[in-house]
Amino acid sequence: MSLMLLIEQALNGLQYGVMLFLMAAGLTLVFGVMGLINLAHGSLYMIGAFACAAVAAATGNFWLGLAASLAAAAAAGALMELTVIRRLYARDHLDQVLATFALILVFSEGTRWAFGSFPLYLDIPRALAGPVRLPGGIDYPLYRLVLIGVGLSVAAGLFWLIGRTRLGIRIRAGEADREMIGALGVDISRLYTIVFALGAALAGLAGALVGALQSVQVGMGEPVLILAFVVIVIGGIGSIKGALVGAILVGMTDTLGRFLLPIAFSTFMERSQATSVGAALASMLIYILMALVLVVRPGGLFGRA
Amino acid sequence: MRRETVLNAVLALGLLAVPLAAQAMGEPFIVTLATKVAILALAGVGLNIALGLGGMVSLGHAAFFGIGGYAMAVLAAPVQAYEPLMTWPFELAGTKSMPVIWVAAMVAGALGALAIGALSLRTSGVYFIMITLAFGQMLYYFAISWPAYGGEDGISVYVRNGFPGLNTLDPIQFFALAYGVLMAALMVSWMLARSGFGLALAGARQNPVRSAALGIRPYSVKLTAFVISGAITALAGALFADLNRFVSPSMLSWQTSGEIMVFVILGGVARLFGPVAGAALFILLEHWLGGFSEYWKLFLGLALLGIVLFARGGLIGTLAGREVAHD
Repeated sequence: MSLMLLIEQALNGLQYGVMLFLMAAGLTLVFGVMGLINLAHGSLYMIGAFACAAVAAATGNFWLGLAASLAAAAAAGALMELTVIRRLYARDHLDQVLATFALILVFSEGTRWAFGSFPLYLDIPRALAGPVRLPGGIDYPLYRLVLIGVGLSVAAGLFWLIGRTRLGIRIRAGEADREMIGALGVDISRLYTIVFALGAALAGLAGALVGALQSVQVGMGEPVLILAFVVIVIGGIGSIKGALVGAILVGMTDTLGRFLLPIAFSTFMERSQATSVGAALASMLIYILMALVLVVRPGGLFGRA
Repeated sequence: MRRETVLNAVLALGLLAVPLAAQAMGEPFIVTLATKVAILALAGVGLNIALGLGGMVSLGHAAFFGIGGYAMAVLAAPVQAYEPLMTWPFELAGTKSMPVIWVAAMVAGALGALAIGALSLRTSGVYFIMITLAFGQMLYYFAISWPAYGGEDGISVYVRNGFPGLNTLDPIQFFALAYGVLMAALMVSWMLARSGFGLALAGARQNPVRSAALGIRPYSVKLTAFVISGAITALAGALFADLNRFVSPSMLSWQTSGEIMVFVILGGVARLFGPVAGAALFILLEHWLGGFSEYWKLFLGLALLGIVLFARGGLIGTLAGREVAHD
């Protein structure tokens, strides 16, 4: 095992983590402000990826595709909020789970209807293709490095938005006491639609960016959604900071676990057996991490509970 | 008689009459379909104990369903390969006997539910939903990446397991078995809801603080209910694996968890026969909608959405009135 390989894997983990953050941030905002659990957040991720792949294929321009992914996911999110989600705020979590599960079926099958069952492929833009040499002589794919940059900038932007702007003040006030800010003249239903569309756009962005690394297909959103839940449970519901820390922890643990565990097991096991035992254990590692956090801090690392 | 009691009787007799009539008319496919309804309803009866009686919104019951399925395959597969189940620390043969498999599946499901429940019940509300979903997904990935039990390909069991005195290869006899188990589980669920334990559980659901003040520990009561719930769903998983003679990680997937929950809510949460009504409606919709569109799940999604938004209380709630408050 070389140090360079380890650094490369750590960067992969960081890249995975910041993309998870884009998903988890929207979920945690929606939960913090509206008290809603949205299973269909993964569908917005998928919509972003499909919009990007379709527009990039039609125009040959990845950046147009990226803009389309933001617009499509935000529009789908706003539409979803106005037609369905808005009726669910006063309901219990069970109704929210069932309704958003139904939305997953609608979005997944609708997308299958429109695009077919075969995966679409989205190419990395030419300007960002190929490796770049990092200090220390490590060749690392430029695109992944850009993803880390984008993810961290979005995180910074989000902290600024929540902490420093008027919209952010309203969002935080909405989390603390929704009746009060309604009484102070803030249009709550519009605020809710904006927050929901913002979360949707972040999910769509993540879908488009990751879509260029993997294939774009129906059902791509749900595994990421469940990981985003793990992130939120670790970080604490409603906390953007918790989502960032949780996402990077999950991304690192998963990537490094898959890399290091088989190597660790091969020190005292036969090689092929070590690979399979290591891989099986690595696939469970983030859930074990979640269980540990639950034992120590049931409300999550940055939770208010 | 209450309208719900009449409706329950209609459901119980209907589920029995349809396959019997189908058998008489020589339609074994419908018998198998009814068997599927009975088994999926059984999984729902398990979840309903956690969800309806205990108010625990578990989105990870596929874990127990899959544990039951794998328990069946792990015990039965060595027999068809003429191998022992294990050789260390002592030699143990596999089994093709359903009663033994059922006990093993329920014990395995109960242990799984004990581990997952003990951790998940440290939290509540939306955390609980996310955590049960995450643990379910953990088992799913574990089943995929662990090569000893088929990995992604699953395990086939070529001949259905046996039950003393019955020929389980005959569809109508296997249906009778699944139906009998479902009725027994409904009986357990009914008695549970009326027992002292059931009242303690209802108290823990409605007001944990007041329950604690009365000397009932909400955590233990809920965990016990979760374990019973997991064991019943695991039993359904073992039967489902026997119906298909095949298990694969898809039994553990989050979609399965969602579907089991759909059976319960479609029928009516906390209604005794809710899962039966829900599973029957789901399978009917699957076959009716699946007949004219490849994308039937789109319409299923729209139908579900309509039911959540406009027909609260599920099928039984709509037909029999909202006598039972679901809180």
